[in-house]
Amino acid sequence: MSEETRNILELLDKPYDPELAEKLYNPKKPMENRITDIGPPHYKQFWPEVIKKNYGKWKSHEIVQPGVIKYTSETGDICYAVRCGTPRLITTMLLREIADIADKYCEGCCRWTTRNNLEFHVTTEDALRELLDDLKGRKHSGGSYKFPVGGTGACVTNIVHTQGWVHCHTPAIDASGVVKAVMDELYDYWHSHKLPAQVRIALACCLNMCGAVHCSDIAILGVHRKPPLVEDDRIRGVCEIPLAVAACPLGAIKPATVEIDGEKKKTVRVKEERCMFCGNCYTMCPAMPLADGEGDGIAILVGGKISNRISKPKFSKLVIPYIPNEPPRWPSTVQAVKKILQTYEADANKYERLGDWAERIGWERFFEKCEIPFTDKSIDDYRLAYDTYHTTTQFKWSVHTD
Amino acid sequence: MADVKKHDTPMVDDLKKGPWPSFADDIEEKGLSGKQECLDLLGQLELSFKHKETHWKHGGIVGVFGYGGGVIGRYSDVPDMFPSIAHFHTIRVNQPASKFYNSKFLRKLCDLWDHRGSGMTNFHGSTGDMVLLGTKTEELEPVFYDLTHQMGCDLGGSGSNLRTPSCCVGKARCEYACIDTQEICYDLTQTFQDELHRPAFPYKFKFKVSGCPNDCVAAIARSCCSIIGTWRDDIRIDQDAVKAYMAGELKPNAGAHSDKDWGAFDIQKEVIDLCPSQCMKMEDGELKINNRECVRCMHCINTMPEALRPGTDTGATILCGAKAPILEGAQMSTLVIPFIKMEPPYDEFKDFVDKVWEWWMEEGKNRERLGELIQRKSLQEFLRIAELKPIPQMVKEPRSNPYVFWGEDEVEGGWKRDVKAFRARHAA
Repeated sequence: MSEETRNILELLDKPYDPELAEKLYNPKKPMENRITDIGPPHYKQFWPEVIKKNYGKWKSHEIVQPGVIKYTSETGDICYAVRCGTPRLITTMLLREIADIADKYCEGCCRWTTRNNLEFHVTTEDALRELLDDLKGRKHSGGSYKFPVGGTGACVTNIVHTQGWVHCHTPAIDASGVVKAVMDELYDYWHSHKLPAQVRIALACCLNMCGAVHCSDIAILGVHRKPPLVEDDRIRGVCEIPLAVAACPLGAIKPATVEIDGEKKKTVRVKEERCMFCGNCYTMCPAMPLADGEGDGIAILVGGKISNRISKPKFSKLVIPYIPNEPPRWPSTVQAVKKILQTYEADANKYERLGDWAERIGWERFFEKCEIPFTDKSIDDYRLAYDTYHTTTQFKWSVHTD
Repeated sequence: MADVKKHDTPMVDDLKKGPWPSFADDIEEKGLSGKQECLDLLGQLELSFKHKETHWKHGGIVGVFGYGGGVIGRYSDVPDMFPSIAHFHTIRVNQPASKFYNSKFLRKLCDLWDHRGSGMTNFHGSTGDMVLLGTKTEELEPVFYDLTHQMGCDLGGSGSNLRTPSCCVGKARCEYACIDTQEICYDLTQTFQDELHRPAFPYKFKFKVSGCPNDCVAAIARSCCSIIGTWRDDIRIDQDAVKAYMAGELKPNAGAHSDKDWGAFDIQKEVIDLCPSQCMKMEDGELKINNRECVRCMHCINTMPEALRPGTDTGATILCGAKAPILEGAQMSTLVIPFIKMEPPYDEFKDFVDKVWEWWMEEGKNRERLGELIQRKSLQEFLRIAELKPIPQMVKEPRSNPYVFWGEDEVEGGWKRDVKAFRARHAA
């Protein structure tokens, strides 16, 4: 292990040398001048004074307005954290602007949260007002805010999301575009505290589900609905057939031999009626693509949570099996999310998370109130499915039984 | 204007409208300042909007010498249309714990990335890394040299290795933090550098560290080993502050419900009745907590942060095996160590990790996560290899089927029996 606080501040004082790497790196002797296994810089170097001084001494906090949390220390010190939404996908141009703001108001410091929000810290009310005024005026040329303040308390905070069509090879949907469309529509919930509890929305562009989509209040999930294609003439060159066969959790992929131009070639065949469209075969084998503009789309899952508060953490449940891809604004998805959110807003008790509300009123009532048609797609038929079946005479009358 | 070519992107341009920060606007502006990669990326995205399919190829194996992770190969499948992003590899850079930065760091990183890459980033990737989005194969070694020599940074994890550990804000700015999340995260990252850079595992492995059961890094949902702060003694109570909440002088839940009129704060209805273990009551004008019955859900503390604080005998609960659905279905972490003092150098915890890794590397199949292995081999076997005592806290309820795998040594007289002696007692 390296020394406890490897100091990189002196290193950062030196300007970037665009030619240094070419001087140091020798392709013929790759170990020459190579530094490895140093790990991340020590975190303490990036703290503003108020954090350094009050580390471990914080006593309480209060959200003084949406997006602004006031922390009070046992030492009497105050720290305001100002939370700004970001699209996560940001350029160096925006990062430089963030650095400028940090220099102007925050001793050059800032931080990011797990949910891709940016936080600035100030210690006086005057500095807070100046910072908030400044942030409000910073807009992109198309009119969107660069640094919208919010994301605290009983709100819809930033959507945790994946790469989508911007940079991933397995997505069924875009990520950044859908997030932008949903957050534009729910913007009022970003900078207000009017919901019964916080609502965590997450998006994953395929079933790999990068991020905690499977435990979110509302999850937007990219799904495929067509079995993989098999490129018989290419498969042997790009993947190991036994690995492709083993990739399928349902045993739907079998080795096969075909004749191409009079030559026998080893390949695979997919038992299509057994495919659950998970895409694991494509992850293992590039010659088995699933993506399809007509087949792919969005599933909506609801009612998951991470926090242990009141009720235990729980998984999100699939309530809408499919909504088509509708770039650039995904109106059907946006409306579906909004309808669920507003039904919850109107009906849930204070402190009740979306999943707790659905469980209290019953899932039959959830579907009824949200006006979501219940289909057999919401009945589990994978591992441990039986655990989700109702084995009681206790149920509610609803539109489904009337 | 710089010598760059903007593509016709009417659908992507529509995403410049509306209040939420527009990535399309940011990227286009960056592109017009001289980065063709940005404009080509938007062009390719427009094509994806049209086809409703991705135009990125399956990755290729690229990386830096001596490391088996940290770089994700990415190639466009329409390179003739968008030549500047024909190669567009991702570099994961290990973030400082809880993602504090200073402006010098950010600017120098921007200088590096403007010079050697696309100028586009993710702050941050799902696992927590700074993600440098898009560069060419020949720039990978120079980027790595720049990161290590000029930034004091290293790459993060990818593939079948330890992924970059991450943590919540912890004691830096949160009064709930029961453990030093940043120090734990930093120490584990440094201790396990070899595991992070050189894949030797059956599949990915994740550590996440949350300071309290609110679990702000979602450790319980997405880490193979979730380290979550907790306490063993009593919740600290300031009875005067309790009274102030009851009198409406303090805002419940730290003001989190300020934009709707929920009526006057009612401690019985909003705190005591919602307590999952019903361990609180008002008595003689004071709030009483039966701490032995408390399950530390955080609700009362979250609701009255001025009045209630976690205890001072703090440590962590360890849970193992969370993962997203691929392949056997989503799993959350299972409670395996109810309490462990997490103090440097964390030897007791690291001994536990060594035992778990040894078992997983021996028994795990290719691409089998720890949580799936525990499910396949049983929690009992996990407890045996980790030398942990089975306790009722580990299960929601005892099993309802009677199929116990008794061991021979657990049964009086063992399993060696004489069939003739049996038949001497019982005619066939």
